[in-house]
Amino acid sequence: MVYFLCFIIFSIGLYCILVKRNLIKIIIGLIIIEYSVNLVFILFGYRFAGRAPILAAGQTIKNMVDPLPQALVLTAIVIGLATTALLIAIAMRIYDRYKTFDITEIRRLKG
Amino acid sequence: MIKEHKGMTLIVKTITRLTVGLILLYGIYIVLHGHLTPGGGFAGGVIIALSFIHLMLAFGREVALKKVSRPIAGLFESIGAVMFLAIAIFGFVGGYFFLNFFVDKGTPFNLFSSGIIPLCNIAISLKVGAGLFAIFTALVLLKVKSKGEK
Amino acid sequence: MIGLYLILLFMIAASYIAVQIKDLLSSVVAVGAAGLALSVAFLILKAPDLAITQLAVEIVCLVILIKATVKRDTVSTKDMRGFITTIVSLIFIGTFLFFAYLALKELPKFGEPLMRVAQNYIQTGQAKTGASNLVSSVILDFRAYDTLGEATVLFTAVIGVLAVLRRIGRKKKDEVIKEND
Repeated sequence: MVYFLCFIIFSIGLYCILVKRNLIKIIIGLIIIEYSVNLVFILFGYRFAGRAPILAAGQTIKNMVDPLPQALVLTAIVIGLATTALLIAIAMRIYDRYKTFDITEIRRLKG
Repeated sequence: MIKEHKGMTLIVKTITRLTVGLILLYGIYIVLHGHLTPGGGFAGGVIIALSFIHLMLAFGREVALKKVSRPIAGLFESIGAVMFLAIAIFGFVGGYFFLNFFVDKGTPFNLFSSGIIPLCNIAISLKVGAGLFAIFTALVLLKVKSKGEK
Repeated sequence: MIGLYLILLFMIAASYIAVQIKDLLSSVVAVGAAGLALSVAFLILKAPDLAITQLAVEIVCLVILIKATVKRDTVSTKDMRGFITTIVSLIFIGTFLFFAYLALKELPKFGEPLMRVAQNYIQTGQAKTGASNLVSSVILDFRAYDTLGEATVLFTAVIGVLAVLRRIGRKKKDEVIKEND
């Protein structure tokens, strides 16, 4: 059930990419898809009544959540920020040249 | 007031002058305690970059670029990358890539412990912080230029 | 666990508003709300490292997006594509959701992870690396190759941004260009 809510967020982002005509809206759809994928990875590693994967002095902890998906997602978040910045830079260059964000107009004015 | 027409209003400038040092200190704390508490190189680097972005948004771009200009940001990023690779290659003294080559790991739950992990945290934080600051500077400079053309 | 469901429903509402609203600046702000809700969800799911990182990254992303959209045409008149494109997209998304629902039975149940590799990390992590934060010991000691690749991707992205936003374009024949950043 929790997984299905994440799939709904993913499909909202996919709809945004496929249907919208504005470049900034397409970038926003990509950001939403990235959120949902990160959330699904963390949900795979969760354990009921688990504790955060940080050891404390003087006690042994048995029920820890999975630290491996957290390590993978931690790098994925920063990569997502860098690729978003690259996409925005390209979009701003396109706006400077064509004075619009509409992708059909951009295709028409080629050359 | 007439002389300082760049940037935002006086209230924002005063609050910024008080808080920007605290933000920078918090970022450095998160980087240095990355192996003991939540945080680490990525989060600390982003927070360090955020303090300079805060300065640039409040005071205008000249003040922030006077503190850290773009070639210096590129230099810091290169230092971070070279430091990370050097730590990786030093592992060959014991046999393989990325070996944790300190024999004595130190006592656990101490600041100076766990071998190469704090050094790697510092390298990654330099790289991430300088890279994000360079990206933001490039975006701001482009906006100024396109307004000048119109 | 009721808090997690509320956060997820809030994220669905915020993303729907971000997709459907006309004004671009309001859309960007709605995406920021979804990202902050994601940070709270990480905190509920016992991942404090990710919560800190997501909070800081979200602020930077929001500032960059606002810089990109402000002082440009924020309201575009026709925002949708044609009718047939919309119908085909909806059919495609419906097919995706159907197969995703079928695939849900193969996944591990929520709350009972498979921890084959991670059990090893948890038991021997502190003795091998000396770090008490296990996420940090995984990304910088056990799986440091991933971090090296991530640093390469970040470096490439920074170089790409600096090359795309360069002040001088292609140089014409009799043109003298002074570069003063």
